[in-house]
Amino acid sequence: MAELTKELSQVKGQEPAVPGEVVPKADAPNKDVRVHPNPAPAGKRPLDVPTGTPTVIVDDLHIVYRVYGAASDNEKGNAVNALTRLVKRQGRPQMREVHAVKGVSFVSYHGDAIGVVGRNGSGKSTLLRAIAGLLPPHAGAVYTDGQPSLLGVNAALMRELTGERNIVLGCYAMGMTPSEVREKYQEIVDFSGIDEFVQLPMSTYSSGMGARLRFAISSAKTHDVLLIDEALATGDREFRKKSEERIKQIRESAGTVFLVAHDLRVIEETCNRVIWLHKGKIKMDGDPKEVLAAYNKG
Amino acid sequence: MSQPESAVADAQAGGRSGEPLAKLAERYGLRRAIARPRFPVYVRQLWERRHFILTYATSRNVSKYSNSALGQLWQVLTPLLNAAIYFLMFGLILGGSKNIDNYPAFLLTGMFVFTYTQRTVTAGAKSISGNLSLIRALHFPRASLPLAYTIQELQQLAISMGVLLVLVVVTGEWPTWFWLMIPVVLLLQTLFNIGAGLVIARLGSSMRDLNQLLPFITRTWLYASGVFFSIQDKVVGAAHLPQWVANVMYLNPAASYIEWMRDILIKTYHPENGHNPPMMVFVSCVFWAVFALGFGFWYFWRAEERYGRG
Repeated sequence: MAELTKELSQVKGQEPAVPGEVVPKADAPNKDVRVHPNPAPAGKRPLDVPTGTPTVIVDDLHIVYRVYGAASDNEKGNAVNALTRLVKRQGRPQMREVHAVKGVSFVSYHGDAIGVVGRNGSGKSTLLRAIAGLLPPHAGAVYTDGQPSLLGVNAALMRELTGERNIVLGCYAMGMTPSEVREKYQEIVDFSGIDEFVQLPMSTYSSGMGARLRFAISSAKTHDVLLIDEALATGDREFRKKSEERIKQIRESAGTVFLVAHDLRVIEETCNRVIWLHKGKIKMDGDPKEVLAAYNKG
Repeated sequence: MSQPESAVADAQAGGRSGEPLAKLAERYGLRRAIARPRFPVYVRQLWERRHFILTYATSRNVSKYSNSALGQLWQVLTPLLNAAIYFLMFGLILGGSKNIDNYPAFLLTGMFVFTYTQRTVTAGAKSISGNLSLIRALHFPRASLPLAYTIQELQQLAISMGVLLVLVVVTGEWPTWFWLMIPVVLLLQTLFNIGAGLVIARLGSSMRDLNQLLPFITRTWLYASGVFFSIQDKVVGAAHLPQWVANVMYLNPAASYIEWMRDILIKTYHPENGHNPPMMVFVSCVFWAVFALGFGFWYFWRAEERYGRG
């Protein structure tokens, strides 16, 4: 076992040497990424932000993903190439690294509701996962007050099971105790508005019903820092109102909310600050109106 | 390439007299998001997640057969059909039954005990790599997943064990006081399986090819564990190898648990019938349970913060 582990770590150590590497090493200084403070007075902090205690500090954060089975054309996985790589000890085949977040820094404060906008693949979801502590930083650091939680209980739920079982499973997955689950159960059912469908498997739900149940489950727990990824995109008008209401409640209970959504209206209505990510870097950060206007133009 | 907007963010972030962000974090007592808890803390966190682990295991078992017409009946049918095939294959066609009293009971016991460990290991290898979305979405001690997979297999075992006991009685064995030892063996085997599942889960999370390799490993393991032959008879009796070779083979955890279970279930194996299983089988059973459990948790915990990365 010991030899095996050692060998593994050796192989690991060589991974960055994969030819055709697209990612610059993090320990190599990235002059184009880390920009030093430069008093250019674009976008000022909104006035209604309580500049109290910071809740999340993101310090020059880099996140690098490993992706498998996405080799470029010249190193596609035929047997000869794979063997050559093995013989030359060039590490794992068909593996590429994706530099998803490249040097992001910001500070959020109590009561902030921060919208994160950007195109597909600009690193929004990755940034959220890193804040939640679910993706280890490649370089830099995330400092948080308490444990930020991602509003993403979806992955724990099973489509074949009834809504009832999924509510219990989801609540436990978020770390509730049995008494908390019993206490919250009815509230979740009521909030989601799925009524008697709770006895049916989730695979029979419409996409809107599924989204409502998921949002109801994951927002049942109280969070200090809540990270929401596209949860409000689905659901009918009435439910969207309800969820916006709930996000406001969470904000008022001294928390910080991060919201990723493609629907800019939702962000404009709920957030007091917007961060615009572009290709893994912050392109703009400030008042929702200004940032969204610039985002719509660019 | 200059990025004035990013600079603005930086200026705002470190606004107060350009204080470095790390210092600011320290001043307000903010902690790094990723940190591995100390081992005792980790074990306690795991215990606090016991409801999740149990519910997750049960849910997986329920959802597994939810699309089939016979539903949960498959929990009983699967081991029954397996038993029928093993018996047809090894008992009737290959004729492995020479020299062994009550070969059906001998074979089925070996097969059911081995299958429990084999399935746990196979499931464990996928427990991290197959749940990346869950790991990337929620916080919980990652050992919950391999543990839940082992418990799922334990729940299945409870049913197949019932099937096994019925079949053994049908083949002419009668319940004795020795049967009271069955839970002890299963407990020890479960502890071993938990440990093995944890080790294989960590290996599977970083070695993508393990899942392709595993069927061959478990099959070799199956042949080496004396599931359809008696290690003692084949190695010493038929192949004329020295006794220590057989002894070493009995130290294999799967072989030990199978041997002990046969001692319990099959009458011709009982001490009063002149069969004395080597003492080291029992020692081996206990040793593997304790060692695998301890090492497994420690080994899995060492990589806790890295799961979900690749």
